[in-house]
Amino acid sequence: MNDSGLNIYLAILGMGLATYATRLAGYWLLHGRPIKGRLLVALEAVPPAILTAVIAPAVFLEGPVAVLAGAATLTSALLRLPLLVTIAVGVATVAMLRQLM
Amino acid sequence: MNKDFQQGLRDIFPMMIAYAPIAVLWGTIAAGQGLSPFEAWLISAGVYSGAAQFVSIDLMKSGTPLLLLVLTIATVSLRHVLMSASVSRHIANLPRGKASLLLFWLTDEAWALIERRALERPITASYYMGVAIPLWPTWFLFCTLGALLGNSLGDTSRFGLDFAFAAMFIAVLAGFWKGPSTAMVLAVSAVIAVLSKLYLPGAWYILLGGIAGMLTALLGYRETVDE
Repeated sequence: MNDSGLNIYLAILGMGLATYATRLAGYWLLHGRPIKGRLLVALEAVPPAILTAVIAPAVFLEGPVAVLAGAATLTSALLRLPLLVTIAVGVATVAMLRQLM
Repeated sequence: MNKDFQQGLRDIFPMMIAYAPIAVLWGTIAAGQGLSPFEAWLISAGVYSGAAQFVSIDLMKSGTPLLLLVLTIATVSLRHVLMSASVSRHIANLPRGKASLLLFWLTDEAWALIERRALERPITASYYMGVAIPLWPTWFLFCTLGALLGNSLGDTSRFGLDFAFAAMFIAVLAGFWKGPSTAMVLAVSAVIAVLSKLYLPGAWYILLGGIAGMLTALLGYRETVDE
């Protein structure tokens, strides 16, 4: 956490403006123009790439518990279990393995 | 309440219920990382994006510099650019100021429902407001409730809750699978993110992994055009 109280409010303001800017961007920059070709491919690739970039270190660099829990979660996700059930499987696996290890 | 607003509210209602537990979960994790309920409320009302909020906790915990924090959150939220561009076709008749204000409440869920409705009939400002705005107080109230609960739970890692955001992202990620081209993008992002996390200080790994994945997708695109 950032040390001073001012820093956290600046951080929250910055994050709020950043997300609002992305919500406005498609309307103001691309208004009326269809998104296609390279731009579409690039923009479509961003969400899964970011999700992977967030997950990969959390799963692969935190020891065997995280790797096993990641595998259990992925299995539930691929079985198309509901979102909350999938999260519960991951969380329960971590909690259980920590008790055991 | 006018008819279109009511219809929007009816369409979004199941999502309001489905997202309450996720909001509570985020609040609990936020509290576990030292955020006060007021700060949790401010973030969930002002940022109002599940993915960005889960990432933000991780970033703020590690004391990320402001500029990197803002850049990373913007990148995490880039999918909004696509959604706002596609929604702008349906709200082109609204005054620009009003449209810009309404876009603050654009979420994945509202976007999906608006696109579905637009297949059948024009989107009115009332429908947009009905479908987009009610989710907002639901989200930030349950986020704040989670933070209040989390403060009394203390350190949530003994319940495995520190893994919840990774679990949620894995679940969401599975929905983006579009075949072998996706595998390449994901593999490159994963490798670059892990290497960046190992060898670079701070939270560059999210931004670098995301950009690497995007470039991989672009390389794949050029190949299919040249063939």
